[in-house]
Amino acid sequence: MNFDLTDERQMLQDGLRRYLNDAYSANARAAIEDAETGFSAEIWNGLAEMGVIGALFREEDGGFAGEGFDLALVFEELGRIGAVDPLIDTAVLGGGLIAELGSGAQKEMIEAVISGAAHLAFAHGEPTSRFDLSRVETAAKKTANGYMINGRKAVVVNAPSAETLIVSARTSGKASDADGISLFIVPTNADGVTLRSYSVVGGGLAAEVILNDVTADLLGNEGTAHDAISQVTARATLAICAEALGLMESIKMLTNEYLKTRKQFGVPIGKFQALQHRLADVLIEIEQARSAVINLAGHIDATPEVRDLHVSATKNLIGDAARLVVEEGIQMHGGIGMTMEYELGHLAKRLTMIDHRFGDTTFHLERFIELAVG
Amino acid sequence: MDLNYTDAEIAFRDEVRAFLKANLPERLVDRSKHGQSLTKADFEEWHAILNAQGWLASNWPKEFGGTAWNAIERHIFEDEMTKANAPRVVPFGLSMLAPVLQNFGSKEQQDYYLPRILNGDDWWCQGYSEPGAGSDLAAVRTSAVRDGDHYIVNGQKTWTTLGQYANKIFCLVRTSKEGKPQQGISFLLIDMDTPGIEVRPIILIDGTPEVNEVFFDNVRVPIENLVGEENKGWTYAKFLLTHERTNIAGVGFANAGLENLKRIARLEQSGGQPLIKNPHFAARIARVEIELMAMSTTNLRVVSQAAAGQAPGAESSMLKIKGTVIRQEINALTRSAAGTYAMPFASEALEEGSNAEPVGPAYAAPATAQYLNNRKLSIFGGSNEIQRTIITKAILEL
Repeated sequence: MNFDLTDERQMLQDGLRRYLNDAYSANARAAIEDAETGFSAEIWNGLAEMGVIGALFREEDGGFAGEGFDLALVFEELGRIGAVDPLIDTAVLGGGLIAELGSGAQKEMIEAVISGAAHLAFAHGEPTSRFDLSRVETAAKKTANGYMINGRKAVVVNAPSAETLIVSARTSGKASDADGISLFIVPTNADGVTLRSYSVVGGGLAAEVILNDVTADLLGNEGTAHDAISQVTARATLAICAEALGLMESIKMLTNEYLKTRKQFGVPIGKFQALQHRLADVLIEIEQARSAVINLAGHIDATPEVRDLHVSATKNLIGDAARLVVEEGIQMHGGIGMTMEYELGHLAKRLTMIDHRFGDTTFHLERFIELAVG
Repeated sequence: MDLNYTDAEIAFRDEVRAFLKANLPERLVDRSKHGQSLTKADFEEWHAILNAQGWLASNWPKEFGGTAWNAIERHIFEDEMTKANAPRVVPFGLSMLAPVLQNFGSKEQQDYYLPRILNGDDWWCQGYSEPGAGSDLAAVRTSAVRDGDHYIVNGQKTWTTLGQYANKIFCLVRTSKEGKPQQGISFLLIDMDTPGIEVRPIILIDGTPEVNEVFFDNVRVPIENLVGEENKGWTYAKFLLTHERTNIAGVGFANAGLENLKRIARLEQSGGQPLIKNPHFAARIARVEIELMAMSTTNLRVVSQAAAGQAPGAESSMLKIKGTVIRQEINALTRSAAGTYAMPFASEALEEGSNAEPVGPAYAAPATAQYLNNRKLSIFGGSNEIQRTIITKAILEL
């Protein structure tokens, strides 16, 4: 048993933290949020040069790390600074699916991802699928020159900035069958693809993607994409839970600092036990969240049943902890915590939205019951 | 980062398992499974078995006859003991007093008392709390006044756990009223047979006489029974509280409790199906299991820091709070799972060595008593509010 970082990971963490601290002043983030792409090309390239994107891929896929603890480390740092860069979408989901299922030629795209040149989005969820990974109504039919897709994908994060979409569509079976789901590589500018783009609470862009007679190539085999989708979604859930952990740490730090400096009734408000004990509880829940992330990182390559049990345990715990940290953080700050100008707001919004991706607390509690209790 | 045990750690775990399989008396396991309390003789029997193996003093250094295990080995040992439903090792002599004697006691005290603890010659109890000194422990008023080569002790201790079995008590006594309250406290070893000592049981809400009041009326204690220096007792008491709280999270107890809860929820019927199929009840079990999974890892993180030589500070406060909240939730769910058969007052069936037939299912009999008894978890050893204040000062620096 060992909870220390290896030397390589320690170096990556130190380097990444330094880089992000420099690159991400609060003003830089505001500028990014206004940008057309939802992120800064300069920071993205900086991350690629540092090897941060490569650290999310395994060696056999052209990366140099890619284990659960590598993902956890990178995304915790991104969370700590409140970064809005869509690494989950381009690298963990998009790149992850290509690494898992791609042909030799398709896998060449991973190199472009790692070098920072390619931007991807995974168009999977639909207006009525909520968090159910096997509910796909978008349909694909085999034609003479490939497949033709029709349907609508909901809240596809990073789609407006991605030149390539990975689209799931049903090639057989009923709307919620696990079997019969296939994946396709679709250039965003392909004929029949329409994006309704918008910005997302907490930073970044997303789009509703409408597919109307879109011709596309298959990624992997027909009808058997479900397992790969579950696997990369598990990795993305780990990533977003680690990001949540970083966000929580930063909110706690800001709140702790505020309690030391803000004076009312002639003393720093941190002298009041009503607030002291609440922040102590926040701290305890964040340590629980850290342990939950470690548990998931350590089981991300386990069998699907064991892996998903940990995915659900961790995402459920993170969801509850995040809500406590956000609400207590704002409450203990008082009015200033509600202003757009103060740093807390961005962190709180980003952290709040994490319960809306890859399954919320209720979804994962229910799945945990299926896997562990029932 | 590696969540798995090393080969050496696995070998050690297997050795502990094999030992427990061969040496843990079935009778004691049954008692503990049915929630029955153990007799003094039961504890002594189990201590003797462990001592014969050289494993009784799992937290002592080698020079005093301990195992010299590191924190991870101790964790494995405690974990396996709980999983096997072994009786707990009574902590008062072994893990509370002994480390104080080893660090601050005289050579004579070490040579005399430590072997007696190992051999079961002495049963110690803890004389800390008083009616006016609970969370504010430094407010102790029991006085020790020097009279030649004796101290004359007067006052009252309370919440003395298993004091009815003890022949010795280690006490915090006031030897000076000068300065801050902390500065006038001394650490004194007292023979319970000394004239002037009276022990009265306190019956708790579960019906058990687990704790006692101890009264001291002009009790003469030889001055060689003072540990360390006069008026330095607070330092030793704090050392005891921060350094020797192994297994404070109670992960093993929580795991055993959760398993028992699930077993009951599968057996109990609700609306024609097992209670565990009720989505509301299942959700409550799931939530506590998720918390426990994370807390087990929090515990291992602290254990592994300790194994690397870092003394756990406020982290043990964190574990105390989370660990006790989880165990109390499991107790509450277990009481709830027992349904109407949580109602019969079953103190007789839970008594040491009782063969009384419980009114309802055997698993339901101890549910209410255990729920009530474990309200103590968040009160003793520094209440959870005191622990939050420790976190506030030590980590949050407020």
